[in-house]
Amino acid sequence: MGVERTIKEINERIKKGKVVVLTAEEVIEKVKEKGIEETAKEVDVVTTGTFGPMCSSGVFLNFGHTSPRIKMQRVWLNNVPAYTGIAAVDAYLGATELPEDDPLNSDYPGEFRYGGGHVIEDLVARRPIRLKATGYGTDCYPRKEIETTITIDDINEAILFNPRNCYQNYNCAVNLSNKTIYTYMGTLKPNLGNANYSTSGQLSPLLKDPYFKTIGIGTRIFLGGGIGYVAWNGTQHFPTILKDEDGKELCASGGTLSVIGDLKKMSARWLVGTSFRGYGATLTVGIGVPIPILNEEILYYAAKTDEELFAPIVDYSDVYPNRKPGNLGYVSYAQLKSGKINLLGKEVPTAPLSSYPKAREIAHILKDWIQKGDFLLTEPVQNLPGPDSGLKGKVLN
Amino acid sequence: MTTKKVVLRFSAETADKPIIYHLVKDYDLIINILKAQINPHKEGTMVLEISGDKYDEGISFLEKQGILVQPLETEVVRNEQRCTSCGACSVHCPTQALYIERPSMDVRFDGEKCILCLMCLKICPVRAMEVRV
Repeated sequence: MGVERTIKEINERIKKGKVVVLTAEEVIEKVKEKGIEETAKEVDVVTTGTFGPMCSSGVFLNFGHTSPRIKMQRVWLNNVPAYTGIAAVDAYLGATELPEDDPLNSDYPGEFRYGGGHVIEDLVARRPIRLKATGYGTDCYPRKEIETTITIDDINEAILFNPRNCYQNYNCAVNLSNKTIYTYMGTLKPNLGNANYSTSGQLSPLLKDPYFKTIGIGTRIFLGGGIGYVAWNGTQHFPTILKDEDGKELCASGGTLSVIGDLKKMSARWLVGTSFRGYGATLTVGIGVPIPILNEEILYYAAKTDEELFAPIVDYSDVYPNRKPGNLGYVSYAQLKSGKINLLGKEVPTAPLSSYPKAREIAHILKDWIQKGDFLLTEPVQNLPGPDSGLKGKVLN
Repeated sequence: MTTKKVVLRFSAETADKPIIYHLVKDYDLIINILKAQINPHKEGTMVLEISGDKYDEGISFLEKQGILVQPLETEVVRNEQRCTSCGACSVHCPTQALYIERPSMDVRFDGEKCILCLMCLKICPVRAMEVRV
């Protein structure tokens, strides 16, 4: 019977300054050196990190009331429209929203230089934002328009609420066609010109807790440089365990998180407006999740290495867009990180879209917060569905 | 006699013309090839140092051949604050001026190797690559 510890006990150790925290990279080395049993006795918490484009992100804003009052029916921030189908001066700005006069892909491939994600970056960087709103006028909200300049400090609330972040694992995207394609996985050169991937592998939060044993609703996390919480499972949360052709278990895939936090306390270093040529605008989000080492099994998964974690290789010229089944096999993150993979008899150069160095930095910042006693761990209010839940994506006809 | 630096851009159609030969033989220019990325039937780039009395005639000869000539007053720089070290640029940079250092996975930029193709400006998801004039 190995070590058992509770989150309460870990928090006591944090408060006493006795907690032992390692990043997911560091714990791998420790386990190689001392084994699971010894490491589990020593280590209380493993910190993870990821810093990649996450389209399903956005911010709830409350602008404060004008005098006389306006019920905002339409609102634009730096010319980017936000959703106002909620109360009078509330709005939700999504990361992929684009200005109404954006040429989009009419001049293919479009540039998408500025969108909702860039407005969020400008907000959190405390840059001035041009706000325009119109209303239809009511007895209680007579005003019909306003145009002004705001900063994040001028408004009541800015709550980052991202319905789907932190994908557990992701496709390695390639292009089998003979023309360049422009995707959310970046520009893919023809005839297997490159293979793009977007996971921090051995540092990635949900790859290190494949059965959702510790990460649940209410888990306190690093979000965009500030403190955030897991609000729910993310949309399209279909956790599963990948298996190779022989039925051998590879690693987890398909889980997602919905996260929430105070944008006012975040940083533009960790929320960056992002553009994919020919695809659109989005937001690169930094997330770090602490994994309490409650027992040896949790450490076993938290110590998985890039050699033991795999991504499916998917063709984005035909299979992905046309929702055809099948993939071109699996490749380990160690292979992907080496800079080239062998595929269909060809040596294909690889490129990441999510930043491994920044993921490492997030894991270190979170480690630092915990060691200093600034960040206590939370007990999940409720667990998230795991791979045994059998959740699967539906098809829209 | 002043020496000027220029960047030549070849389309796939112009990439196999023997232009250096003509610049030397017909216009008596002194050519120093600083960088060249030329492949038959593909877009290419060449950075030259040129001096000679018939400099202007030589340049107009190049332009008549359909080669785009730009003075080398511009350079590509990386906005270090903005770069997230993701690495998306690394497979698109033709000369590996942008590359990933392993095992740290940090993205490095070697301006000496840059041939100003400007591909990174289009690829970089956070617009960290900039042209400085």
